[in-house]
Formats: sequence, structure tokens, C-alpha cells
Amino acid sequence: MYQYNDFDQTFVRDRVKEFRGQVERRISGALTEEEFKPLRLKNGLYLQLHAYMLRVAIPYGTLNSRQMRRLADIADQWDKGYGHFTTRQNVQFNWPRLKDVPDILDALADVSMHAIQTSGNCIRNVTADHFAGAAADEIEDPRQTAELLRQWSTDHPEFQYLPRKFKIAVTGSPNDRAVTRAHDIGIRTLKNNEGRPGYEILIGGGLGRTPMIGQVVRDFLPKDDLLPYVEAILRVYNLHGRRDNKYKARIKILLHETGLAILQKQIEAEFRACKARFLGVAPTLTKTIAEAFAPPNFVALSPTDYHERIKRDTAFRQWCETNITEHRENSYAILTVSLKPVGGTPGDANSSQMRVIADIAELFGHDEIRISHEQNIILPHLPLSHLPGVYDRLCEAGLETANVGLISDIIACPGMDYCALATARSIPVAQEISQRFDALRLERKVGPIKIKISGCINACGHHHVGDIGILGLDRAGVENYQITLGGDATEKARIGKRAGPGFAFEDLIPALERLLDVYLTLRLTPSETFGACHQRLGSKPFQHALYPEQFQRAA
Amino acid sequence: MSRRDHCWVITSNHLMEGDAIWLNSRGGWTRHLHAAHLFNSKSDAEAALEKADRERHIHVGAYLAAALPGVNRQPEPQHVRERMRTEGPSNYFHGKQADAQNVSI
Repeated sequence: MYQYNDFDQTFVRDRVKEFRGQVERRISGALTEEEFKPLRLKNGLYLQLHAYMLRVAIPYGTLNSRQMRRLADIADQWDKGYGHFTTRQNVQFNWPRLKDVPDILDALADVSMHAIQTSGNCIRNVTADHFAGAAADEIEDPRQTAELLRQWSTDHPEFQYLPRKFKIAVTGSPNDRAVTRAHDIGIRTLKNNEGRPGYEILIGGGLGRTPMIGQVVRDFLPKDDLLPYVEAILRVYNLHGRRDNKYKARIKILLHETGLAILQKQIEAEFRACKARFLGVAPTLTKTIAEAFAPPNFVALSPTDYHERIKRDTAFRQWCETNITEHRENSYAILTVSLKPVGGTPGDANSSQMRVIADIAELFGHDEIRISHEQNIILPHLPLSHLPGVYDRLCEAGLETANVGLISDIIACPGMDYCALATARSIPVAQEISQRFDALRLERKVGPIKIKISGCINACGHHHVGDIGILGLDRAGVENYQITLGGDATEKARIGKRAGPGFAFEDLIPALERLLDVYLTLRLTPSETFGACHQRLGSKPFQHALYPEQFQRAA
Repeated sequence: MSRRDHCWVITSNHLMEGDAIWLNSRGGWTRHLHAAHLFNSKSDAEAALEKADRERHIHVGAYLAAALPGVNRQPEPQHVRERMRTEGPSNYFHGKQADAQNVSI
């Protein structure tokens, strides 16, 4: 992975020193909150319902064991012993005290980490496919592109005060696991007719209160043109993006109001100017980045133990069925460690679990760890032969949940349990869903399904792109949950449609039960997923299940 | 009690800890809603808020929150958001619910 050079290290340390001074001045009263708030947000520090929250960037979701152990140490020393992994491939600490935050940032800087640009109207942490470098379907490791963008965008003087936040996602595979179509810029690696790798560039995707799917602004961009092209998009957005209304300030609204053809012309014109000035990426930097993401030295180990365990151990086999993905190397697997135990909080890992993951990565997994936007931890390079031993270690740590891609593998934002913006709780909804369907023993029968829960209209829980999306709202001080159906987060991205009126907290789980019952009745074969079934039939039969009384009255 | 009959409390977040605090009857701050002063009149509450807002070295972002008079007129939260702030998160025994003895500021 990419190692900080002296420049990176000095930059991050200087920022910590600067922030330490700002915190001291806030505590002494020399700075008012109005003055301090933009400064703390620039360093990822929010004030939530119960405490401050520090959002730490995990660039393109990649960590090594040393960094993961440091997150565990921070959780123990300055927080409440756990961290919350988010849909933005970040980790959030929910309980830091103000005076401790500079020390936490110093501890992060020790391991080449920081919280810069995890908030504010700037280019945020660049996200990427969590299977990067390991996926069998990959054209190119997207982290090389993401790292280049990270270096370019960090502290970029022109883009610190954009109209609104700006999110970039990169995938190196045709199967989009990075939700690129729901980002301000989505970058998809592809090859042109001559077999030359380049990018398809999408703009204007986003969720939130006005969900939109990104549109292709350039169908093939040569790799060398990436930075001037992205700069051109940002310059056009910075100039023309609306600043009069924060709800209309994202590039998706600019795209919607301007139209793709006109915006495309503006971007291409700006691109020509940017390219004329652009001296190119220094070959040494290109080389450094390429080397940083070179594949590890894969070793061919006999997978006999793995096959033998599969035969005799049902729990192990089921875990492999859901949590293992095909690796580019035959004798390897990509392992998704589920952070969604039955009744647990999606995305949370305690410090002991973080250390177990770090140990496994270091001992067996070429020291690589990833965080997925689906709030799970990935060990991208595990020899099949080590899987039985890894499974046993995960069992001891309570990390063996075999549910990846199933009902209980839910994305959920922190919701009103923590978030100051939330209008309803998300976590207890996720907990109840996993408990209920576990009790019914329906999870495996239902099969692959994406349930995504947001506790407010800002849609951090990606509810718009779930097969079943749940949006928690406030109805006169009481939580109320709307259901959307038919969303898709992949390369076929689609915004789900609201099924009908919302449900009270206590009515939501029975409604979901009816929804899944009708799916089991209507599906053509057990292999027809909920999403495919909904695509075939539309929402109507599912709405009948959700609102039986309403439809009975109408009949 | 209907929604229009509710009373008011003044609440904020503590500068150092970031946790929820409420203005008490002595003009100081408490970490627990039940020890907060319950204002019957919104104009009285607004006047007290203006005064409290000057103590910005202690707290961050004071505002009025609707509350209901409970047993012995101890305030109870009206809105689910204020209930969460009063009790702590529902997924872990953290926050106010775990810290019931610690009321001093």
C-alpha cells in the first residue's frame, strides 16, 4: 500500500499541530464556536447528540494491520472501545472529548492516517471498490487512480470552498461495487476498442433528498488526462454550482438544471485549458503509486484442508458460501468479515475484534485489510488453505456471521441514536430485522437481498439504492418509516420508488415480513432474487402485501 | 397533555465532553433533564436562553426544547430526539443512562 513520504508526513503533523492550537484557543475562550466550528469540521470533528464524533478517513478503504491496531488503541484509550465503519469507507469514533482530539490525531499521524477532508464543502475521502487488487473481474486496481486523486485533492487550494461537499468513487471492474453512479464523479476503468485502458467518467450522481443516477460525461478518457479532466469538472462546478441554496448546491442539481450537453461543452472547454497547462504526472510519482499497489507475492498453497473442512463442517461451508468471493488467484479467496451479527450494530467493531482482524491480515493475508461501503471488513488476499484457521479465530472473536449479501447484511447509518441530523433511529430497525428473520430461519431461503436504512433524508444509509430501502422520518416527534422498493447500487444503478405511506416503528417489521412472504410466493424459482422478482412484477404485488387493508377496501 | 400544552427547557451540549446539558433553576447547568428548569412561558424561556447563550465557553449551541411536566413537575422529553439525548443511544448502555451519578458540570 501507499506509504507516506516526508512531504505527506510533515503535512499531516503540521495540521495536527495547527488544530491543537485551535482546540486550546477554543477551550480558553479565545475562539467562539462560530469561529471554531469550520476549523473542527475541516479536521473531521462533529458535535453529535451525546458527544463529539471524529470521522477518520480510510483512503479507498485500505488499511494495514498496524493501522487497524492503532484504531483499536484509540478506541480503548480515548473512546468507548469500539469504532463504527461507515458507508464512506471511514471510521467514526462516537465519544471523544474535545481536549483529547489532537492526541488522537497525532496517534493517527503515527500510522499515516488523518481526518482531513472528511467533512466540509471539499473533495471528500475518495472511495473505491473494496475488492480492489483482488477481484477476478478487475481490469485494473482502482486504488492507483484513487491515490492519485487523493494526492491531487488533499488541501487543493482551489477546491476548499466548493458550493457543497464533493464525492468521488472509482471502480476498476465492470461489476460496480463502489456505487460509482451515486457519486458526484464516478470513475469506471475500461478498455477502448484498441485495448487501451482508460476511464468512463460519470457526473451528477448522488443520493440525499434529491437522488439522481450519474450520467456519462465522457465515455472514454485516456488515463493520462484524468487530472486535467477532473480538474475541469471541479472548476465548472465551482464556478456554476449554486451557492444560494445548500439543498441545490450539489453538482447533480447543476447537471439537472443546465443539461448534460451544455455542461459537457463547458467541461470540455475547461479541460482543453487545463490540459494545456498540465505538465503531466511526474513519472516518479506514477512509478511510486504503481509499486505501492503492486500485487503481493501470492504463494500457491494446497487447499486440501479447506476442501476437507467444507465436507465435514456445515457452519464453515455456509460461511464460505456467503462470505467468500472469487479471487484473481486460484488458490486464494477474498473474505468478507461480516460486521452484522444478529442483533448487532451494523458496521461496529470493538477493539479486540479489530486486533483479531489485524492479526489475521498480518499472519495470513499479506497485511491487507479493506473497509467496504457496505460496512463490512474485507481480507482481500487469503489463501484458501488458511481459511479453516481464520474461521476458527473469527469464531472466537464473534466475527463468524455467515450473512454477506443476505437480509441481515444491512447498511444502516447511525441514525438518531447518535446523529444530530437524524429524524429517526436506524440501528434498532436493523437489529430487529436481523433478529426477526433469524428467528424465522428465513434468511437463506430468501437469499440475496439488499436492505439499506437511513435515519434521515440525507441518505447516508443509501436507502434509495436498496432492494428494500427504509427511510426514517419524524412525524410530529414520533419515528415513522417509509419503504422504497426496486433500488440498485450496481452498474445497473436505479433509484427505488416509495411504496406508500410510512409505518410506525412497531409496524415496520411485520410489514417487511409480509413483503418477504409475498416474494417467496411469487418468485419463479429459488434463484430469482427479490430484486429480479420486483423487476419482473413491479411494485404492485408488494404494495398489496405492505398495505393489505388499503387494497382490500379498494377491491 | 396535547402538543400545544407543552413547556420548555433550555438545553445545549457541553463544550469539553460534548454531552447534553440543561439549564437548572439556579441558572447553572445540569447533565440530567430531570434536574432542569421547566419554563411554562416561552417568552421567559427565550429570555433565559439569551442569557445562557452568552456562556459560550461552557457550552455549544443552546436551544429551547419542548418538554412535558412529569412526576413532581420534573421535565420529560416530548420529542424522540430529546429522549435520545436524555437517555443515550439504544444500541449500547452508554451516555446518560450509564452515567446517572455524574450530574455535576
